Order: sequence, then C-alpha cells, then structure tokens
Amino acid sequence: MSVESYIRKPNRPLQLYAAIFLITLYLPVLFLPLFSFNDSLYVRFPLESFTVRWYVELFARDAVWNALWNSVRVGVAVALVSTTMGIFAAKAITRYRMPGKGPVVTFIMLPLVVPLIIFGVALLVLMSQLGVPLSLYTVAIGHMIVCLPFSIAVLIPRFEGFDASIEEASADLGENAWWTFWRVTLPMVGPGVLASLMLTFTVSFDEFILAFFLSGTQPTLPMYIWGQLRFPQEFPSVLALSSIIIVVSFVIVFLGQWINRGAISASTSGDAS
Amino acid sequence: MTDQTLQSGSASGTAGPRAGWFGRLIYRSETARGYTLLTPALVFLGVAILVPFGILVVMSFWTAEGFGFDTTLTTHNYEQFFERPIYMALLSRTFGISGMVTIATVLLCYPMAYYVAFHVHRNKMFWLVLITLPFWTSYLLRVFAWKVVLGYEGVINSALLSVGLIEAPLEFLLYSKQAVIITLAHAWAAFAILPLYVSLEKIDKSLLEAATDLGDGPVRRFFRITLPLSLPGVISASLLVFIPTTGDYITPALLGGPDGAMIGNLIQKQFGPINNWPMGAALSIILMLCIAAISLIFIMLTLFVRKRIS
Repeated sequence: MSVESYIRKPNRPLQLYAAIFLITLYLPVLFLPLFSFNDSLYVRFPLESFTVRWYVELFARDAVWNALWNSVRVGVAVALVSTTMGIFAAKAITRYRMPGKGPVVTFIMLPLVVPLIIFGVALLVLMSQLGVPLSLYTVAIGHMIVCLPFSIAVLIPRFEGFDASIEEASADLGENAWWTFWRVTLPMVGPGVLASLMLTFTVSFDEFILAFFLSGTQPTLPMYIWGQLRFPQEFPSVLALSSIIIVVSFVIVFLGQWINRGAISASTSGDAS
Repeated sequence: MTDQTLQSGSASGTAGPRAGWFGRLIYRSETARGYTLLTPALVFLGVAILVPFGILVVMSFWTAEGFGFDTTLTTHNYEQFFERPIYMALLSRTFGISGMVTIATVLLCYPMAYYVAFHVHRNKMFWLVLITLPFWTSYLLRVFAWKVVLGYEGVINSALLSVGLIEAPLEFLLYSKQAVIITLAHAWAAFAILPLYVSLEKIDKSLLEAATDLGDGPVRRFFRITLPLSLPGVISASLLVFIPTTGDYITPALLGGPDGAMIGNLIQKQFGPINNWPMGAALSIILMLCIAAISLIFIMLTLFVRKRIS
C-alpha cells in the first residue's frame, strides 16, 4: 500500500467535493418528506408544527388506492415478463458467438438513450391506428420497452461472472438443456434475476412519460400525482404520497443493487457505447 | 438488423414439424442457438419499436383534418417546420439547453467519478450504489422536488427571506431556463457518472506512476495521462445525457415557464390540446433525425479518440 502512496494519498479538496456532491444529489428529494410532515398548506420556511394528517388523509382516498393497485399490477407484470425475456437474451449475448451481435445489442439498448417521448408518441399512434383502446395493457407494453434493456444490462455481468464449464459439466452428466438451466444456470444467476425483478418493477412503478401517453381511464400512481399537481390545496397530500413512493423506491432499488453488487461496474461498460 | 430478426424468426418457425432436424441444427450452430434465445426480446422490441416508428414516419406525411386525418401523402408538415420560425427557434433552444445541461453534468460529475475511481479503496460498490440510487427512482418526483426547492415561496426563497438576505422572493429561480438546466443536470448526474467511472477505472495505474517517476507533477500528470485516457468516457457520458434530455417535457412543463419550453412540450401539445397528430409526428421525426446526426458526430469523435489513445 505505502509503496504507491503518492497516488493514493488522500485528497482533501476532492473528499470535500464528493461529500457536497452526494448531499446535493439527495437534498432536494429529502425536502419532500420534510414538508410532508409540516402542518401548513404552503411549502415554505419557517416550518409550522409537526403533523401526520396529510398521510392520514391519503389513506381515506379511494383514488389513491386504485392508482396504487394499477401501478402494482403493471409493475409486477412488466418485471416478470421483461426479466424472463432478459434472462434468455443475456444468456445468448454472453454465451454464444454470433455474427451481428454488436448491432443487435446496440438495438436492444437503444431505449435507454432515445427520448422516451418518441416511444410514447409512436406507440400512441400505433394503438390508435389499430383501434386498440388505451389501458393498463398499453402502459405495460410501453414500460417493457424501457425495462427490457435494464434487465439485460443487470443480467449480463451475472452470466459473465460464472464459468460456462459448470453448465457443460451438467450436460455431460446427463441433464437436458431445460434441467441444466433450471438447476444450474438459474441458481447461479439468481441474485441478478432478483435484482432485475426489483429494478424493473421500480422503473415501471415510477415511470411517467410513457404512462402519460399510453394510459387510458385507469391512472397509474405517477399519473395520479400529475393530475393532483394542478390543485394548490392538494400540494401537502401530494408531498406525503411522493414521500412514501420515494422511500419505498429507494429501499427496493438499494436492496436490488446490493444483492447484485459486484456486477454494477461491469454492466456499464456494455451499454455505454 | 431486420433480416437477422427474420432469420431467427424463420428458424424457430420450422421448429414445429421437424423438431429432430431443428434440434440438431440448434445443437450444432452457436449462432442459431444464440438467436433462438434472443428471439423473444428481439421480436418484442422489433414489434414495439420498429412498427410504431414506421407508422409515425407515415403519419408525419399526413395532414390533420378536423378530428381525423387526410391520408394523402404530402410534405406539408415539414414545409411548415421550415416556414414558421417558432419551430426552428424551439428546436435550437432545446439543443442549447441540452448542450448546457450536458456540459454542466459532465464537468460536475467528472471529479466525483475520479474520486470514486482513484481515492475510494474500500466499499467502492457502496459508493456507486449510493450515486446511482436516485437515477432509478421516479423522475417526475425528482423534478417535483426541485419545484419545491426553487418555487416562488419555495425552500431557497423562504429560507433567504427568513434569514433576511433578500427583501422579495427571487423570481428568476422558477419558470426559467436556469431552473430547467439545474433540474436536468441534477436528474441525469447518475447516468453520466457511470461511463466516466468506467473509463477512469480502466486506466493503468502504472502509467501514472511512470509519469510521476519521469517528473510530472499532479497537474501535468492529469492533463497528459488521465484526461486523454478518460476521453471515451467523457464522450459517452455527454451522449448519454444530451440525447435523452432533448426529448424531455416534464421538467420544462413544471419548471420552465415560457422561456424554458422545449421541443418535447410542443410535441406533447400536438398530441394533446392542439390535436394535430401529423405535425407532432413530423416534429418527432425531425427530433430523431437531429439526434441521429449528433450521435453520428459523437461516435466518429469516439473512434478518432480511441485511435489516438491506443
């Protein structure tokens, strides 16, 4: 350690910068929970007294529960389908040498970069031309476009991280492809699968842009919040609802990333180009 | 791209009647096996991206007529785009805002990525998870949080007022270009950090030691070794921030006001209140073409830089 100390010596200004960076990253979001416990219609300092009435009020609203239920249904469906497709795709991308793999991977990762409004608008046009009414199904299709590349990006490092010869050994010992996958591959990539399920669920649960164009009469939770933003008197209850969503999302994503740690840095090299 | 999808599609199509032959083909050919596994993802993305996009292109040559469309093909919408200065002004403002956001994000994130790559030795993963965590959570709510912070009676204004630093609320904070730039830079920071981190992490530390041994100070070492070697990361980070922000409409809608409106807002309005879908389609296509052109420049730049480095 001490041999290369001239590079490794702590850099105080940089440490300070990193601390300020992290605080700035989290601070704006932390104001939401802070003001959600404030007993005032207005979001401003100085704070009034502490209250939980905005939260209590939320529980009594049917519209919130309906929107929550819609978001959960879409999120679970999207997480399951996109992770299932993601497992096969990630296995193919890591395990097989195929001509044209580069362009294929680029195409799959495209939704991470292309502005979502384009996908939203294009799907809206398709649905209206086909005469398909907008519903939670159309929202789910939109969300799958975004979640599939995320799922694959999470899973690829998992497949890269374990030795293909274990799968071959299983095949040599007489297991067929299905059982090899079920008993060898899946347990090995398990943490990645779990992380993919949690992350895609959260992305779908929190997604707004596609839902804005593709949802019909049943709003998802972000759509419900968007609708409430027009009413100044609803501001505190929107703060309370946002706080709950943010805390839950942070916990799920943190757990997902933590389960899958060790694979994060590798996943970024794949989709960066 | 499409013929590969077709190829794998037709391969799986023959699976039913002649499973034995297909099974052997699958067993022998890596390519066939790989594409069979990729089929669900590729077919889904092909249908959900390429088909709608094709229809969007066709619709951009239609014209709106009352509540329906005149489906005769004409370039009317594109002519409109070039004839009426508002469209061009909005597009160039969009690219201006996105450009500023990109520069701000990359400049602010670079030291952070550098810190994690070179100065964090234990719990690197914890740091990366911490930095990327907000990116996964609700974009709408993060923008909404900035509205709370920057608002006329928001966190900054009311805090400054109660301390007595200002007499009246600062009006330029909300509903302005600056508000949009701050919010977007904050929202996309995590996306920029990862490619920067990866490119910095890849740098061979012995090069830095060699530079130091040969008499370079920390500043010269940074500009002669670290920065050039991390340029691919800087370019991909710029691309990853610039492209998605050009299509944003939530941030300008919530924080932008009249000065901060972007092309995304107009596209959204064409599909909403203005109800001129063909014009909205044309604007989307124009935005896509501009993005494609800019990406091409960035990619050429990456290739050039890579060649220079290696």
